[in-house]
Amino acid sequence: MAEHDMVGASRSGRIAAHLFLILGAVVVAFPIYYVAVASTHSLQTILRPPLPLIPGPEAYQNYHEALAGGIGRIGGVSVDRLLLNTTIVALGIAVGKIIISMASAYAIVFFRFPLRMAMFWLIFITLMLPVEVRILPTYKVMVQLHLIDTYAGLILPLIASATATLLFRQFFMTIPNELLEAARVDGAGPWRFFRDILLPLSATNIAALFVILFIYGWTQYLWPLLVTNSNEMNTIVIALRKMISFADADTPWHLVMVTAVLAILPPVLIVVLMQRWFVKGLVETEK
Amino acid sequence: MATLSLKDVRKSYGKTEVIHGVSIDVEDGEFVVIVGPSGCGKSTLLRMVAGLEAISSGVIEIGGTVVNDLEPRARDIAMVFQNYALYPHMTVADNMGYGLKIAGLPKAERAEKVRRAAEMLDLLPYLDRKPRALSGGQRQRVAMGRALVRDPAAFLFDEPLSNLDAKLRVQMRLQIKELQRTVGITSLYVTHDQVEAMTLADRLIVMNAGVAEQIDTPMAIYDRPANTFVAGFIGSPAMNILPARINAAGNGVILDGGPEIGLPDRLPASVGPGKTVLLGIRPEHFTLSRDGMAGSFPVVVHAVETLGADAYAHGRLTAVAPDSLVVRVPGHLDLHPGRPIHVVPNRDMLHLFEPETGKRL
Repeated sequence: MAEHDMVGASRSGRIAAHLFLILGAVVVAFPIYYVAVASTHSLQTILRPPLPLIPGPEAYQNYHEALAGGIGRIGGVSVDRLLLNTTIVALGIAVGKIIISMASAYAIVFFRFPLRMAMFWLIFITLMLPVEVRILPTYKVMVQLHLIDTYAGLILPLIASATATLLFRQFFMTIPNELLEAARVDGAGPWRFFRDILLPLSATNIAALFVILFIYGWTQYLWPLLVTNSNEMNTIVIALRKMISFADADTPWHLVMVTAVLAILPPVLIVVLMQRWFVKGLVETEK
Repeated sequence: MATLSLKDVRKSYGKTEVIHGVSIDVEDGEFVVIVGPSGCGKSTLLRMVAGLEAISSGVIEIGGTVVNDLEPRARDIAMVFQNYALYPHMTVADNMGYGLKIAGLPKAERAEKVRRAAEMLDLLPYLDRKPRALSGGQRQRVAMGRALVRDPAAFLFDEPLSNLDAKLRVQMRLQIKELQRTVGITSLYVTHDQVEAMTLADRLIVMNAGVAEQIDTPMAIYDRPANTFVAGFIGSPAMNILPARINAAGNGVILDGGPEIGLPDRLPASVGPGKTVLLGIRPEHFTLSRDGMAGSFPVVVHAVETLGADAYAHGRLTAVAPDSLVVRVPGHLDLHPGRPIHVVPNRDMLHLFEPETGKRL
């Protein structure tokens, strides 16, 4: 058939395409595999080249040491504490951003109030200001609010999101006005309309945004670095940075690798779990 | 069940008035249709009754309560929208029961009401489906059901059939009429389709440019249109409206194209001999005749639309006359463009209008 002529017409073509795909996958996956392998060897093995390409016997010992708080360079804070910190921060940022951006988009799209468009443009303009630009004033505010070394200090400055607001605004604007009117006639007030109709209709949008924002929160570097002093409050990314010394011999590479593996796992898990939602959202458009 | 009353209801957007004072008293259980061309303000009027649009002045009463400033939910109305406006993520049953759920009705009672409404509308097999799994006609029925379960003081319909195909539209039209009779709920129905309006209405409001041109029963409007707009809008094909003048004796009109048509002797005093008027004759109020029969005149046919039982002959009084007129003739008649037919207008079905204002004389 005609459309089959274009892609993978011949057997050799398909084989070539697959070879390229496999090569690409290997190139991307190899460093991660290498990290996983390194996390199962002792420091001595890692420091003595070449590094073996198959997993070693030290896996249990390494992971146990990391989770039990054996990493001296970060003050003996265990990796599970780091994971907990990062999870709280990433969840806080993702959930907070979604709540705030949905609420503001709801107000801008469905309510008529003075300076509505001015508010919208104000939000829109902040898109052009990256966190780094306002980092000094934000830091000062956090200090004055005594939020240094707190979860609130880690989360709050990052949860206002112009991008997500814009995204929800665009989505809300595609909701037919008749739906709102039908709900009004049915007796739904603003809150009910939001909860019973807008929220379920936004489910796939929320899921997609959640994945993106969770990973955004998980990988934050500059802000957590500034706003935390105590090792107890480090996120895993900051801790990883602190573990690495200038001198190779001074760096517990085997534990760095363990931490790296553990740092990768939650975002991967989120993507894998939420992928079903993406597909669902693509297959059944409910509008 | 309740009466519905509009008193000099007006609507302005800024300085532009779009509804110029509409008044009507709708009786309990009456089916009133608002009909008019697009942009005439009929939907705005309905939305004002629903409370989706604020009124600029006047009074709207539902069941004797002034509802001017009440939210839609406090007005005890149910509305059927043009695009159905079903909640896409809810099942048919949830869609129909949503209003009752908000009203705080217990689950069992809600399910019972939904089931009864679904039974009336043949929706029982679809209660667990989502709207997207339904056909257009089924969605339309769900929208009806959603209004029905509420048992409101009034139904408001905003062009509910305009998204359906022609056959389904006729079916649904009958079903709506039947349903409304059964439950006896006062209804206000907006449409641009004059056939829909004629068949459904107990009374009709013909609107044009924000003005209610005429409010009456469909047959009264058909028989005695208040002005040339109503005359042209109600009836299909539209009434022929031709310039003419009253003859010297004051007992007939002379058409611009030549022929004189006798009038029944009921001319008002203001219509004296020599006065120019507009003469209205519906296409169906002509009789075919033989050449030379008393009162007959020729029409030169230039196009024929055959519908089956009937045909519409488009013609002119003379080959060069500016105005075209339409005559209904039997469908099997052998007509040829260019040849004349001879017709006699029904004297009792003539309408005279004032040329300047278009008002009925």
